[in-house]
Amino acid sequence: MTERVLAEQINQDLLLKYYKKMLELRLFELKVQELYRNARLPGFVHLYVGEEAVAVGVCSNLEAGDLVFSTHRGHGHALAKGVPPGVVLAELWGKTTGCSGGRGGSMHMYAPEYGFMGTNGIVGAPIPLATGGALSAKLRKKGQVVVSFFGEGAVNSGSFHEAVNFGAVWNLPVVYVCENNLYATEMAFSRATKNTSVASRAAAYGMLGVEVDGQDVEAVDATAEAAIRRAREGGGPTLVECKTYRYVGHHEGDPGTDYRTRDEVQQWKQQDPVRLCRKRLLDHGVDEGKLQAADQEVEQLIDQAVEFAENSPEPSADSVNEHVF
Amino acid sequence: MSEPGRVITYADAGVEALREEMRRDDSIVYIGQGIGPRGGNFRQTRGLWKEFGDDRLRDTGICELGATGVAIGAAMAGTRTIVDEVFLDFALEAITQIVQQAANISYMSNGKIKAPVLIRGAMGSVRSAGAHHSHTFYNWFANTPGLKVVLPATPYDLKGLFKSALREPGPVVFVEHKSLYNTKGAVPEEEYLIPLGDARIVREGKDLTIVAMSRMVDLAAKAAASLAQEGISAEVIDPRTIVPLDRKKITDSIKKTGRLVVIDESPSSCSFAAELLAIAVEDCFDELRSIPKRICSLAVPNPFSPVLENQMIPSVDRIVSEVHNMMKQSGRKS
Repeated sequence: MTERVLAEQINQDLLLKYYKKMLELRLFELKVQELYRNARLPGFVHLYVGEEAVAVGVCSNLEAGDLVFSTHRGHGHALAKGVPPGVVLAELWGKTTGCSGGRGGSMHMYAPEYGFMGTNGIVGAPIPLATGGALSAKLRKKGQVVVSFFGEGAVNSGSFHEAVNFGAVWNLPVVYVCENNLYATEMAFSRATKNTSVASRAAAYGMLGVEVDGQDVEAVDATAEAAIRRAREGGGPTLVECKTYRYVGHHEGDPGTDYRTRDEVQQWKQQDPVRLCRKRLLDHGVDEGKLQAADQEVEQLIDQAVEFAENSPEPSADSVNEHVF
Repeated sequence: MSEPGRVITYADAGVEALREEMRRDDSIVYIGQGIGPRGGNFRQTRGLWKEFGDDRLRDTGICELGATGVAIGAAMAGTRTIVDEVFLDFALEAITQIVQQAANISYMSNGKIKAPVLIRGAMGSVRSAGAHHSHTFYNWFANTPGLKVVLPATPYDLKGLFKSALREPGPVVFVEHKSLYNTKGAVPEEEYLIPLGDARIVREGKDLTIVAMSRMVDLAAKAAASLAQEGISAEVIDPRTIVPLDRKKITDSIKKTGRLVVIDESPSSCSFAAELLAIAVEDCFDELRSIPKRICSLAVPNPFSPVLENQMIPSVDRIVSEVHNMMKQSGRKS
């Protein structure tokens, strides 16, 4: 009986941790959206709003020394891997305190000190890179695991095919996580390919493929935990397809309504990962006050991130030639 | 080369460099097609698999994009890699990884991530290989910030440059010439390195400077020998690496001779030869005695017909004839 109570408590604590992390990703992106719309940030950004359960469910199972290779929609992955929000936001602001010192921006953020091996401006390109990271991990024999995030828009590229084939044939410690949000920019997956099951493609490479509800952080967590353990124990790669959705357009400025209906967006919002998790916590008997305190804590974290990034210095123009080689 | 000692082939000089560096640094991993038991299409890895095995000599299928991306990713994660494209032409399958990822990573990460990857490929015209197997492309890579570009012309240079390239912190595009693999030259038994960015004066002279890379060095040297018999003294310089470029040694020579001819196996437009002419104008304008000249491959795809291919690429005769024309110019100073 006490064991059951204890297990329930651990479960609640974990779920609360996931809730706070997902909320951090959500509020961070909404803040970026606001700053961007007010022309405070240079460049352009692809927001992760709606997909938080994937990054959090996966990265919560990683060790500090494990590596993540991310995508153009990668702020959430960086935060979930432990890069502080202030450091991510400072990079979006082009400040020296950003994780790439302002030389990268949204799609070129690198924080190897947190095992975060980069967002990427080229769809598909990080999949071979992640596979190489896994080759390095395997040869170094330190039990390191690599996670390769990509969208369903990447899986019709040659990069995907060649990379996962290497991962499988060399039995590398890598987990391929496809965030299937149904649209590659404006292109519906069903219009881009005849086989819309990404997980089923794993069979083509002699690899395990799993499909999971990407809006359910506990489901993602369980699937990722198994795949990561398998990779760490020498069992080779897994292709995990997370069914998810972005509420926002492809990039900030794209209304995202030319190629999908408002009804569809609304339907997916019914499955909102943050709200779903909150409801589950309440069902577990966690009281509303505790959740409100958690909300406030995360709001403060984001406010502090803004303050930090905004007050950070710009790079000196003279430093333009540094770090080319 | 006057130094005594062993004579080995260009291909074997590369094998020696690899063997020495792979023994010295046991993290080096070599990835490519046919580089394991087969020993490489050009015998460029002969015998290495026997010593280093499957883990470090990793044969791949025909998938340059994936293999190159994997090599770059492993390098980013701390494992020094070599990826062999075999023919430099095939690097185009992987060029997004080379140009977008490897070349940019140090800068994009504010110097926090380096990609110590050596991208190896054999270029150039040889025995009617045709349009798909003869490209030179080094100009493209030299035009990409973040890449170093090495073009060895002799077994001696190949070995010394290869060893240095395998100690570079970032990506190096190492471009060999297919027709040089079986050429021979003296290579000392004892270890040596040649730093990147150090041009070699192949032959000293005073009347004009000929700059040439890779296989064109041999043509330039032959042309210089022929010109010497007529009393024209040509200085021949091989930059050996075009990024970084030994600008000083080249411009010192141009200032001394007042004349520049560049031999380049690529087409002339937007080429390394064009860059050198620009450098001559920027740095040596007052000293130039005649109009600098590019002798390049013609701007056509590599033809199959031997007659057409010979017409396309620079030849000793063409170099000698262009130098004659140049020497007839009255000169801005006399």
